[in-house]
Amino acid sequence: MTAQTAPSLTQNVTPIDAGAHVTAIGWLKATTAFALGDGGVLLTKDGETHRVEAHPDAGILVGMSDGERFVTGGDDGRVAVTGADGSTKTLAETKGAWIDSLAVSAGGAFAYGAGKRVVARDDKGREKVLEVPSTARGLAFAPKGYRLAISHYNGATLWFPNVEAKPETLEWKGSHLDVTWSPDARFVVTSMQENALHGWRLVPDKGNMRMSGYPSKTRSFSWSGDGKWLATSGAEAAIIWPFESKEGPMGKQPRECGVRHAKVSRVAFHPNTYVLGVAYEDGCILLIRLTDASELLVRPAVEGSGVTALAWDKSGKRLAFGCEDGQAGILTLPT
Amino acid sequence: MTDKIPVTVLTGYLGAGKTTLLNRILTEPHGKRYAVIVNEFGEIGIDNELVVGADEEVFEMNNGCICCTVRGDLIRILDGLMKRKGKFDAIIVETTGLADPAPVAQTFFMDQDVSDVARLDAVVTVADAKWLSDRLKDAPEAKNQIAFADVIILNKTDLVTADELAEVEARIRAINPYAKLHRTQKCSLPISEVLDRKAFDLDRIIEIEPDFLEQGHHHHHDEEMQSISLKLDGEVDPEKFMPWISNLTQVEGPNILRCKGIVAFPNEPKRFVFQGVHMILDGDVQDDWKPGQKRDSKVVFIGRDLNEKAIKEGFLATAA
Repeated sequence: MTAQTAPSLTQNVTPIDAGAHVTAIGWLKATTAFALGDGGVLLTKDGETHRVEAHPDAGILVGMSDGERFVTGGDDGRVAVTGADGSTKTLAETKGAWIDSLAVSAGGAFAYGAGKRVVARDDKGREKVLEVPSTARGLAFAPKGYRLAISHYNGATLWFPNVEAKPETLEWKGSHLDVTWSPDARFVVTSMQENALHGWRLVPDKGNMRMSGYPSKTRSFSWSGDGKWLATSGAEAAIIWPFESKEGPMGKQPRECGVRHAKVSRVAFHPNTYVLGVAYEDGCILLIRLTDASELLVRPAVEGSGVTALAWDKSGKRLAFGCEDGQAGILTLPT
Repeated sequence: MTDKIPVTVLTGYLGAGKTTLLNRILTEPHGKRYAVIVNEFGEIGIDNELVVGADEEVFEMNNGCICCTVRGDLIRILDGLMKRKGKFDAIIVETTGLADPAPVAQTFFMDQDVSDVARLDAVVTVADAKWLSDRLKDAPEAKNQIAFADVIILNKTDLVTADELAEVEARIRAINPYAKLHRTQKCSLPISEVLDRKAFDLDRIIEIEPDFLEQGHHHHHDEEMQSISLKLDGEVDPEKFMPWISNLTQVEGPNILRCKGIVAFPNEPKRFVFQGVHMILDGDVQDDWKPGQKRDSKVVFIGRDLNEKAIKEGFLATAA
C-alpha cells in the first residue's frame, strides 16, 4: 500500500499557519504550543491562535513540555517557559552559548546544556552544574528518580544532580547526538554521527548495543507506551526496534513501516495503542498500525514543507505537526 | 541544488588580521546578511549580524580513518542555523590561529546534513608579512593554513621591505603556488576577492596553473611541505587512473592536504575533474574539451613529505 492509496484522515486536519520553521511542539492540556525558528511560540486552542514572543529577535532551537508548561531553549542563550495562558518568562540565561539541548521532568525539574556545561534545576529550584568532556548534545531524564543522561563525544554520562557521587560514564567511540531512556529505565539509547544508534543495557551489565544500517542520521525517537518498541527516523521507513526482552534488540531484526521514497524525519508513537505517527522529509504524514501495518494518510507530500515536529496529546486523541516552511496542523481522530 | 548557503572559512595565525578582514566584510555596503561563527566573542563590533560562538570540537569519524575528522560544533551550529533559513545569505567561519583547516573543510563533504544545505566556498588565509616566515619555521598550523588556502591575503606589507616581501612570498609559493595571493595593508581589498569564490566547485576548476608567472623568482624549497604538479601529454586510462588516485589518497591521505586535477579519458568528450581533501575525493566529468584544445592530463598535490618520484611514476603509468 502506498500513501496515495491509503485511506485518508486529511479532512480531520485543521491547518495552522505557524509563520516560521516549527522546531518543537508541546501540549499544554487542550492548548498546542508550536516553538518557532523566529523566536515565537504559537499557542492554539479551539481554533484560536495567539503568538507569544518567548525569545525576541532570536530563534528557538529546542522545546519540551511536561504537560503544564512549555520550556524552550534559544540561540539567545536563554531558557524560557511559556504557559497555556500566554505568559512567558526567563527560566535561565547563559552568556552567548546556544541552548540546544533540554530535558524536563513531570515533577517540575528541568535541565539544559550550554556548551560543555549541563545545568539541572530540581523542583525546589536547587541548581547543580556538571561539566562534561565535550559539548552536551542530548539530555534525557530517567523515567523515575532525579537522574539525567547526557550524550556527548565518545559516550554518555549518567548523573544524579543531587548526589555527590561521581557521574557514571558510558563509553563508546564517536559523536553521540540525541539520547533517550527506555520507559522501564533498563536501556539508554543514543543516535550517532555515523548514521547508527548506540545503546547501553544498564542492567545487569552495561552491555553495548549497536543498531546500524541507516542511510542518514536518526534525529527522532519514540517509545511505544508500554516501552516494548523504539521507533526511529533516518531511513525511508520508520525503523522500529524490539526492546521487550532483557537483551533489547540484539540479534533481532527491526520492523520497517511506511516504506516510501522519502526519508522519515519524525516519529511519534500513540501514547496507548500500537499506532505510530510517521512524518517524512517530503511533507507526508501517515498513521501506521503496527499489528497489521495498515496505513492512514494524515497529510500528503507538500513540496518544501518537510515535517520537523510531531506530537500526540496526552490522551492520544489529537496529533499536532509542524513543518520547515511554517505550515502546521492538528489532526483530531474521529470518534 | 543551487541555493545551498555558501560558507567561507577564514584562517590565519594569531594577529595576522583575521578580525580586521571579518569586520571589513561585515561593514562593506554589499546588502548581504551573514551568519558569523567565531571562537571568541567581543572583537566584532557588529550588532545586526547573527554571531555564533563555536568551540572547535574536532571529532574523529568512527570509521577507523585517522584523518577523517569533522568539526562537531559546526555540524550542530549549522543544524541550528537552518531553523532560521532566510535570515542570512552566507556563512563565515572564523577559526582560531592554531586551527587545522582540514576538519572544517571535511565537514562539508563528510556530513550529509551539512552538505545538503551548505557548500564550502573557499578557505581564505590571512598571513602577516612580517612574521609569517618565522611562523612557517616554528608553527605547523601556519604551514597547514597556507597549504590549504584558496585565497591568501598577505597582510601588513607596510611593515616589511620589498626584499622581505619577496622572500615571504617565495616561501608561500614554495608551499602553495595555486592560491590567489593578495598583498594588503589592513586587509584592504575588494570583498569579491574573498567571497563567492566557488573554489570547491568542480565546474570552476577550469585551469590548473600557478597564480604567478615565472619571472626569475628565486626558488625556495620548504623541506617538509611541498606542492607537486604533474603533467602527462595525452590521455590517461580510467581503468588505471581511478584505482591509482583512489589508492594514493587512501594510503597517503594523512599527508596530502589538497589535490586537484583535470584529466582526459579516451573517447570521452568531457574533461574529468577532481579535487580532494586528505582522503576525501570528489570528481566528475565536466564540460567538453574545446575544439583544438590539447587533451592532456594534469594533477597537483599539496602535502607533507610527499614522495614526488613515486607519485610521478605512478601517474605516468596510468597513460592510455
